[in-house]
Amino acid sequence: MASLAHLEGGRGTEGEGGDRLVFEFLTAHGAALLFYVFAAFAIAGALTVVTMRNPVYGAAGLLVAFLAIAALFLLRHAEFLAVVQTFVYGGGIMVLFLFVIMLVNLSRLHETRMLGNYWKTALVVCLLLIGIFGFLFLQVDFGAPHPNPGNFVDVEGKALGNSEAVAWILYREYLLPFEIASVFLLVAMVGAVVLGRRV
Amino acid sequence: MGPLQSVVDFVGPELYYWALSPAIKIAVLLFAGILPLITYLVLAERKILGFIQVRVGPNRVGPWGLLQPIADVMKLLVKEDVIPNRAIRWAFILAPCLVVGPALVIFAVIPVGPPSAEPGGLDLFVTDVNVGLLFVVAMATIAVYGLILGGWSSNSKFSLLGGLRSAAQMISYEVPQGLAIVAALLLAGSMSMVDIVEAQKNSGLWFVFPQIVGFFIYFVAGVAESNRNPFDLPEAESELVAGYHTEYSGMRFALFFLGEYANMIVISAVAVTLFFGGWYRPFPNVEALAFLDLSFLPAGLAGVIWFSLKVFVFLFTYIWFRGTFPRYRFDQLMDLGWKWMIPLSLLNIFFTALIKLLL
Repeated sequence: MASLAHLEGGRGTEGEGGDRLVFEFLTAHGAALLFYVFAAFAIAGALTVVTMRNPVYGAAGLLVAFLAIAALFLLRHAEFLAVVQTFVYGGGIMVLFLFVIMLVNLSRLHETRMLGNYWKTALVVCLLLIGIFGFLFLQVDFGAPHPNPGNFVDVEGKALGNSEAVAWILYREYLLPFEIASVFLLVAMVGAVVLGRRV
Repeated sequence: MGPLQSVVDFVGPELYYWALSPAIKIAVLLFAGILPLITYLVLAERKILGFIQVRVGPNRVGPWGLLQPIADVMKLLVKEDVIPNRAIRWAFILAPCLVVGPALVIFAVIPVGPPSAEPGGLDLFVTDVNVGLLFVVAMATIAVYGLILGGWSSNSKFSLLGGLRSAAQMISYEVPQGLAIVAALLLAGSMSMVDIVEAQKNSGLWFVFPQIVGFFIYFVAGVAESNRNPFDLPEAESELVAGYHTEYSGMRFALFFLGEYANMIVISAVAVTLFFGGWYRPFPNVEALAFLDLSFLPAGLAGVIWFSLKVFVFLFTYIWFRGTFPRYRFDQLMDLGWKWMIPLSLLNIFFTALIKLLL
């Protein structure tokens, strides 16, 4: 114990400053640092999707973007969304994409140019989208960078948890849009089955 | 004033609870728990299969073959690591990591023992998140990429077919597995793994009894998810040589195996947590069985022992399956998944919710 006490004393006089500084910096800015890291990953992944000729690389980029966005949800204390994003988009949908891509004959795709014949249309659509998003971006007040995380777990004033909070809002305030979306999905599913039988 | 307290004093409480404590727990869990368990699980499998087939099993290296896994690991470590010329290099290297990584990450949310009685003590799990159960499902889906990428990047028809088969199989069986978990979730009313175990103690009943159908679906789907007999079609040697890992050798090949065994342990541990009362002894509310609490041991250790015992039972069952059942045909596998397990698990959810609503 004597040696420990000695070290304790040493830490108290000079070592403490360095330790505490690192700790305080990480707790104060760690979330922001992680945000920029994952945001960079998301953007890089998204760029990979549209620039790579080989579709498998594109799919891998899309997966990276999905997972980075899940991490961003996690940083905003939306644990439920993060996990659902991972296993619905990252797990289910991307696996199906990869499945199709691997079975398609890839050798034909090497000749295609990146923008094809539609680059004028693409340019117009892109500019429109950038305009809309820019407009929205300027309109919305994003509030403080780190709002109260309690908002994401409160149900009627009780801290139940993030999944309960999501369910509470989804099935009470947004029940109609939720049900409409599920009808759309059902229609799409039936359509896929019908198309699949025709071939 | 145990050794733990002196560590806390040494680095300061903030740093300890923020970084050091999880890091130590992860290191202990991995290097003292899971990795040795996996190495010896291989030996146990060979021994038990030997017993089932009236053979001796490995018995040359060390007493009862106890040093066999160490010899195997040494061999795999020093073997030449071949990457085929026409393989897609980055995917070929990444694939085994994608199989092992998620399987190990899942252990972060599995409670191997009880949370500490007083606040600030030693909880016997890395973290308890509100979406623990969903996290397990999500990580398990990531592992599919390892198999697909491994199969595709090898540039070999056996690998590609094995990879595609495994992807189809895992997507098909993720659905009933997820639905079976939902039914257990309805009973517990929480997705936190710790809360689920506590809910079973409070109701005085392992969830396997009201959820026998759910447990059956979960475990069968789990066997299919981890590509074990009788659902080991992705690596069916009589049809596909070795499936997605045909072109792999040395340590990368070993990583695929590590992933498979880690998945077995994950499926068993989640089954124990969800359906068999986690770290509690059988009948935790019956006073007459209090001697099973093993209260002479340090706090929490009894929980770890009970948890491990239950997990071992499942691991034995896995190996028992392998010694007993012949392999399914691929169309039979798909039939079983889509035409039986998914409708059954949906019905199970319906009746569970109905009964929960009526009671």
